[in-house]
Amino acid sequence: MTRKKRRLTLIGLGMLLLSAATALVLTAFQDNLVFFYSPSDLQTKPLAADQRFRLGGMVEDGSVVRDGQTIRFTVTDYAATTPVVFSGILPDLFREGQGVVTEGRLNSEGVFQATEVLAKHDENYMPPEVSDALERTGKMPNTMRMPESTSNTGS
Amino acid sequence: MPGDLMAAFSIAELGHFALVLALFVAIAQSVVPLVGAHRGDAAMMGMARPGAVALALLVGFAFCALMYSFVVSDFSVSNVFENSHTDKPMLYKISGVWGNHEGSLLLWITTLVVFGLAVALSSSNIPPQLRARALSVQAMITVGFLLFILLTSNPFERIDPAPFNGRGLNPLLQDPGLAFHPPMLYLGYVGFSMAFSFAVAALIEGRVDAAWARWVRPWTLVAWTFLTAGIALGSWWAYYELGWGGWWYWDPVENASFMPWLIGTALLHSAIVVEKRDSLKSWTILLAILTFGMSLLGTFLVRSGVITSVHAFASDPTRGLFILMLLVVSVGGALVLYAWRAPQLKGGGLFAPVSREGALLLNNLLMSTAAATVLLGTLYPLIADTLNLGKVSVGPPFFDGVFVPLMVPAIIAMAVGPMLAWKRGDLRGALGRLWMAAGLGVAGMVTVWLMRGGAVGDILASFGIGLAIWLFVGTIMEFGDRIKLFRAPLSESGRRARNLPRAAWGMTIAHAGIALIVAGVTASSAWKGEAVQTQAFGETVTVNGWDFTLLSAETFEQENYTGVRGTFRLSRDGEEVALLTPEKRTYNQPPMPTTEAAIHTTGLHDLYAVIGDPTADGTAFVTRLYFEPLVPFLWYGAGMLCLGGLVSLSDRRHRVGAPVRRREAKAGATAAKPAKA
Repeated sequence: MTRKKRRLTLIGLGMLLLSAATALVLTAFQDNLVFFYSPSDLQTKPLAADQRFRLGGMVEDGSVVRDGQTIRFTVTDYAATTPVVFSGILPDLFREGQGVVTEGRLNSEGVFQATEVLAKHDENYMPPEVSDALERTGKMPNTMRMPESTSNTGS
Repeated sequence: MPGDLMAAFSIAELGHFALVLALFVAIAQSVVPLVGAHRGDAAMMGMARPGAVALALLVGFAFCALMYSFVVSDFSVSNVFENSHTDKPMLYKISGVWGNHEGSLLLWITTLVVFGLAVALSSSNIPPQLRARALSVQAMITVGFLLFILLTSNPFERIDPAPFNGRGLNPLLQDPGLAFHPPMLYLGYVGFSMAFSFAVAALIEGRVDAAWARWVRPWTLVAWTFLTAGIALGSWWAYYELGWGGWWYWDPVENASFMPWLIGTALLHSAIVVEKRDSLKSWTILLAILTFGMSLLGTFLVRSGVITSVHAFASDPTRGLFILMLLVVSVGGALVLYAWRAPQLKGGGLFAPVSREGALLLNNLLMSTAAATVLLGTLYPLIADTLNLGKVSVGPPFFDGVFVPLMVPAIIAMAVGPMLAWKRGDLRGALGRLWMAAGLGVAGMVTVWLMRGGAVGDILASFGIGLAIWLFVGTIMEFGDRIKLFRAPLSESGRRARNLPRAAWGMTIAHAGIALIVAGVTASSAWKGEAVQTQAFGETVTVNGWDFTLLSAETFEQENYTGVRGTFRLSRDGEEVALLTPEKRTYNQPPMPTTEAAIHTTGLHDLYAVIGDPTADGTAFVTRLYFEPLVPFLWYGAGMLCLGGLVSLSDRRHRVGAPVRRREAKAGATAAKPAKA
């Protein structure tokens, strides 16, 4: 086998793999991209029925109602709110007045049925989507801004 | 006031000072040996060694200074104040050093210079020019990171007056698994910097040959082994600490460590071709550059917070920008150099597509493609956001849908590849020798499928189990062939096994480990049993034939947290197997709840219990119970991967080192060199 032929075989194999991977990626993208919306987005954007998406915002103070393993709460971006219902154990850091990202579908009554509530490792952490949404509505609560690291006052 | 000055002066200042000094040493180190190598000036090249030692001492001192500040709880150091507390057990005071951005960066640099030191002190048969150049390149990376830490993330920043106590470490990080996860991961990430430095040095020098591959391979192996261990530890931690019963979430932070692993695995295999056959040279160089590029990208993704991650910690975009610049300069620079010099690297031995080289190349292509798709999936939300396509997230279904189909041919080929000869292989012969693996694989697949009730939905998962069996048996058979098992007297086989190169042992162990991981991944994703419910005291919930009875729950108090501990009786067919005691803890400092799952392992399967919140009347708790089939196989497999890496590393060739490079050897002569199997 000559050098040229070998190179052609290799390039052919590489192209084949690449096109297979592209096909895989495209089909996977078609089915599995999950969009992120804030409660305000839900009021303005038309949603395809039964579309799975992520809803994010802050858990409204005083909105959490537990009934056994079913938990109802309201997600707010301080411009609009969406009621959410979730069945299961909430992540440890789920708390009223904190950022949250949930994944699920909106039912016909406008209640978001979450199948997943995402956990965060850090109590001060706010998902970038949430802070963006809050910035957009101009409702970023001051307490949620990360304090800058302490300035160097040492000698 | 001199008294105040003395009081305010602490070891932390010395640490800071050492870092500044290290920066200057690194700058000198990145210029002098390089110029020396160019001019052939032995004295200037000779600077490389003491330079590497000095760098290691200075940075090592800074690291120890920070650790000391944590150990004695010196809260005048802002970093200690933010991340430590006097109540914390010693282990977590120490692991707190790298449990934060600044400290982990210092750990990163420490690893960088330790690898430089290791190269400087390792066996002296590396030609002085190559060594000088490689150490210079390594020092350039060090300069970049030292600037980064000194300008944006000084771990020694002071507070005056010092607070009385610290804020404590994120309780999720107060865990033995996570105490060692970052150092392992970093040893892996940063270890690939050595392959990178050698690759760039080789490009400057304009030659890559078998000897080069032999010097680079051990460093790649070390890095790969640590990275494997780091990823496995992180996965294990997520499994038992997050309390969701999953061990891999395709989270950006996980992907960040997985991409360098994939490319690093490709590099590990292509370096064999360079070493044995003097072929695939420029491809190997490219892989070495990309592997480290992926490591830098991983650091960028984790540290910049540009990507939403379940694991994300609070982060700062300006730091991300700095790492991005480092990434662009180092990898971009290396790629430009590559484009310029690589065409001069003459390709060596020819080979047919069906050959050992061909199989290793197939591995390379599949691994790189897989890494590319993972990269795309990880970055897509960022791209979509920048292009205003909306905010999207790419979840596990995407990665499963793309990654799994790419791995299937890889695993099929993995059993065949080692059976093929170099240069021109006999595919039919290899397959003929693998009849037993194929037979057992199909038999296993059918058996599992029938045992599961023959449902259509189980076909794919059964195929996965069949693949695992194919790979495992195929790997063992290849090993059996090498030692003439059952075809020669046992004593003869034993002698052959002892004389087999350690690298061959390493490959067998690691490939068999992959087989176990395939089995574990398949079973745990397809047949995991899960039950979430409100469970009253005395109530029994059955998951996949295992009975979980909630007996009691009591509150308790510990030094740094309070908690609720539930007690479950785990039984099967009416017989008690174990008591499970999951906890829900609330830490004092910082105030934060965590979940401690209780796991009973049969060695084959895990039974996993999590306790949640009580109902309003307190007679029942929300509980989550899982049956986790074959999850232990993941940890066995990961252990075997690391063991394989270590065994391969102990190969005599690496210890003795490469033969002295013949200076007068012409490019054509190396290509004609006979292959050593």
